[in-house]
Amino acid sequence: MIQLTVNGTERSFDGDPEMPLLWYLRDILGLTGAKFGCGIGLCGACTVHKNGQAVRACITPMSSAAGGQIATIEGIGAQGLHPVQKAWIEINVPQCGYCQPGQMMQAIALLAGTPKPTDQQIDDGMAANICRCGTYQRIRAAIKAAAEERP
Amino acid sequence: MSSITNVSRRGFLIGLAGAGAFVLGVRYLPRMVTQHDSPAYPTEADLATLHPNAFVGVNTDGTVFIVAHRSEMGTVIRTTLPLVVADELDADWKRVKIDQAIGDKRYGDQNTDGSHSVRSFYDVMRQAGATARLMLIQAAAARWQVSPSECRTDLHTVVHDATGRRLGYGDLAGAASKLPVPNREEVPIKPKTNWRYIGKGMDSYDLPDICTGRAVYGMDAHVEGMVFASVEHPPVFGGKVKSYDAQAPLQITGVHQTIPIDPFQPPCAFQPLGGVAVIADNTWAAFQGRKKLNVVWDNGSNESYDSDEYKKQLYATARQPCKVVRALGDVDSAFAKGGPIFEAEYYVPLLAHASMEPMVALAEFKDGKVTAWAPTQNPQAAQDIISKELGIPKENVICHITFLGGGFGRKSKPDYVAEAAVLSKKVGRPVKVVWTREDDIKFDYYNAVAGMYMKASLDSKGTPIAWLQRCVFPPITSIYDVNAVYGDPGHLQQGWTDIPYDVPNLRIENGPAKAHVRIGWLRSVANIYHGFAIQTFTDELAHRSGRDPVEYLLKLIGPDRTIDFKGVDYPNYGASLDSYPWETMRLRRVTEMVAEKSGWAKRKLGKGKGIGIAAHRSFLTYVASVVEVEVSDDGTIKIPRVDTVVDAGLVVNPEATRAQFEGAAVFGTSVARSGEITVKNGVIEQSNFSDYPVARINEAPYQTNVYLVDSDAPPAGVGEPGVPPFIPALCNAIFAATGKRVRELPLSRTNLGKSS
Repeated sequence: MIQLTVNGTERSFDGDPEMPLLWYLRDILGLTGAKFGCGIGLCGACTVHKNGQAVRACITPMSSAAGGQIATIEGIGAQGLHPVQKAWIEINVPQCGYCQPGQMMQAIALLAGTPKPTDQQIDDGMAANICRCGTYQRIRAAIKAAAEERP
Repeated sequence: MSSITNVSRRGFLIGLAGAGAFVLGVRYLPRMVTQHDSPAYPTEADLATLHPNAFVGVNTDGTVFIVAHRSEMGTVIRTTLPLVVADELDADWKRVKIDQAIGDKRYGDQNTDGSHSVRSFYDVMRQAGATARLMLIQAAAARWQVSPSECRTDLHTVVHDATGRRLGYGDLAGAASKLPVPNREEVPIKPKTNWRYIGKGMDSYDLPDICTGRAVYGMDAHVEGMVFASVEHPPVFGGKVKSYDAQAPLQITGVHQTIPIDPFQPPCAFQPLGGVAVIADNTWAAFQGRKKLNVVWDNGSNESYDSDEYKKQLYATARQPCKVVRALGDVDSAFAKGGPIFEAEYYVPLLAHASMEPMVALAEFKDGKVTAWAPTQNPQAAQDIISKELGIPKENVICHITFLGGGFGRKSKPDYVAEAAVLSKKVGRPVKVVWTREDDIKFDYYNAVAGMYMKASLDSKGTPIAWLQRCVFPPITSIYDVNAVYGDPGHLQQGWTDIPYDVPNLRIENGPAKAHVRIGWLRSVANIYHGFAIQTFTDELAHRSGRDPVEYLLKLIGPDRTIDFKGVDYPNYGASLDSYPWETMRLRRVTEMVAEKSGWAKRKLGKGKGIGIAAHRSFLTYVASVVEVEVSDDGTIKIPRVDTVVDAGLVVNPEATRAQFEGAAVFGTSVARSGEITVKNGVIEQSNFSDYPVARINEAPYQTNVYLVDSDAPPAGVGEPGVPPFIPALCNAIFAATGKRVRELPLSRTNLGKSS
């Protein structure tokens, strides 16, 4: 039995320990904010937080999520919009929006470690997240705007 | 996004039924009808108190429902078209609720493709909103016992200025609903000066849902009792299952069963590819079970397809005379006279769409009817193919449109939706089919591979006297006709037969090529390879002649005129040439503007940097781009800046439009840098973002500046026209930076480093 916390709620799982966290979140808990994009950790659409770090849920087996604090986009905004979400809305970042939960989770983790990122730091921090619609320049602007909002 | 409710009889608005496929042969002439009918599946608008047509409803609490009948895949069309209705209705946008339509022919065309949603439905939406507004005015006038002509509207309110009386739309909805729906001729349309939203735009209605993870994409669709499916498709197009292990997958916990799916009957069109499905309790179990299927295939005749060999054939065909599709003057005589003659060949490979959301669909077959939830650009085609595959009437197929995690044309082909329906019938439960990224890359409808041959003879100043161009590519029509080998007018028109150059002797040809994979339209379609060849060749000639590329391009565009297509099969993207003439003035203007905005003449660029220009009309929109590139010694490129000038006629939603052109530069970067599908022994060699990379934040243009030309011309496309000029502008910039000419895409085929 695997124990973990998802968006503050304690959960247990007794299925295949090799099942990626992504499918547990999506198919079993019904938390569909994290998306399936590539299945091999290359696109970042599935990005969630494990103990505050951005991880690729599609290659994080449940066995390694055990005991972890997992946060998804649904949890991030539960107490009102996060500054990153506000910036995403303010700057009109999304087009199709499919990758954006992952982008925002990655950006939140980036800002937690690097509160005032440079362009280079944004490139380095966000390069693992693909946006096929091509919203990158707005993502960069929104990260900077969110950084300004933070003390 | 619709709710299930009983149906009462409703009035509706008819557009002409769509042509279905990518190229549209009709303009939509709205016709208000008072005839009543029962929609199979009513929207909130249908159920509202006042509902004069299929697109709008007003409730007694003042809520206005506006139906979005097109698919939302990032263009913000779900906001932009309803905004037109809201403007004509003079509605308060805060009191508007958007209602997503299902697939239903009563809306006219719903294939959200070809960059024509606004163009085709702008008039329909205005009519829809204005009709409701007139009825509300008539109701108020009747209540006040004044003439309707004495009344006006002001943001959700009817006003009688003479007496200062005001009534809200909610208060009037009941009385208005009892009035006859006025004829189109009676309905006044707002003058431009009164526009509230058109041209000013609005943020996406869906922004809050998207940014909180609440938006429901096809991948997120869910119904009680559903099971999950993953399908092993034939690795070679047209292949069939010989044998497979039906039992081994059942060893995986959660796997229920394996089910064969019949191969398609040629031509493939939108039929499922066939193969073997694994049905399971969850997606992961279905994926795992699939690995144990051990399918043995009969690959069929496409097993010999090799993309390297095919490329040689395309070039060989293009070097020989081909079918003439447009001619002016006498090219052969002009070439025979001698003078400098230049030739060049260009190549663009097969391209995959790689939308972020792989193909996915949920369908439930029950009591002879199918209900599907799908991220589809083309819900009516989904109804059609499901109806055919299951042998049930089209009316018995409900297709809900979820949000699309990208589309780019792939999701106009509903093979994956039919797959879910076929499986649901066999399983007896709702089935959600989830394609992996590998499935998405390997079983796409690819943008055609193309080889192009260009030849020009020049006068003493380097200006072309004669111009010959040949293109060869497997046509999209091959999915409907296995014998189709020539380009159809709808794709030859795309930046090829409509080359706008002022050259006295011009011949345009097209050669045959047989398809060995499914060919389909991808954002910008044939404009990608045609624009690349023409705009690169133009730049080559400019440099060979020692002329400035901007000045040279303007010289070739020539004096302002309307292109005469007499004798040419030129569909003009389904629009009439009267409404949308091909005006060289507009191409000249965007070219001049982009030169100015980019500081073309004044830009000081350091070592290893260069700028390039290209201009192209597609989907009735005129675009010119200047791209700046920086090429390092090892051949790595960076794109610091892009300037793009767009003349798309009237633009309803400018911010969303700018975003489309920012995105097009990134899409073009992906095509140029790394877009290539290759084939060996009939099998697609790429599989995921590892070997089919798309541009990331550190590879995409750093800053794309988009300038919209203020225009009173009718609205034209904005989703696709940004890609075609971007790619050659980038390649021309690379030449300016390095002296290396890119004639084959992607860039990885050309060594741009210093070492070569």
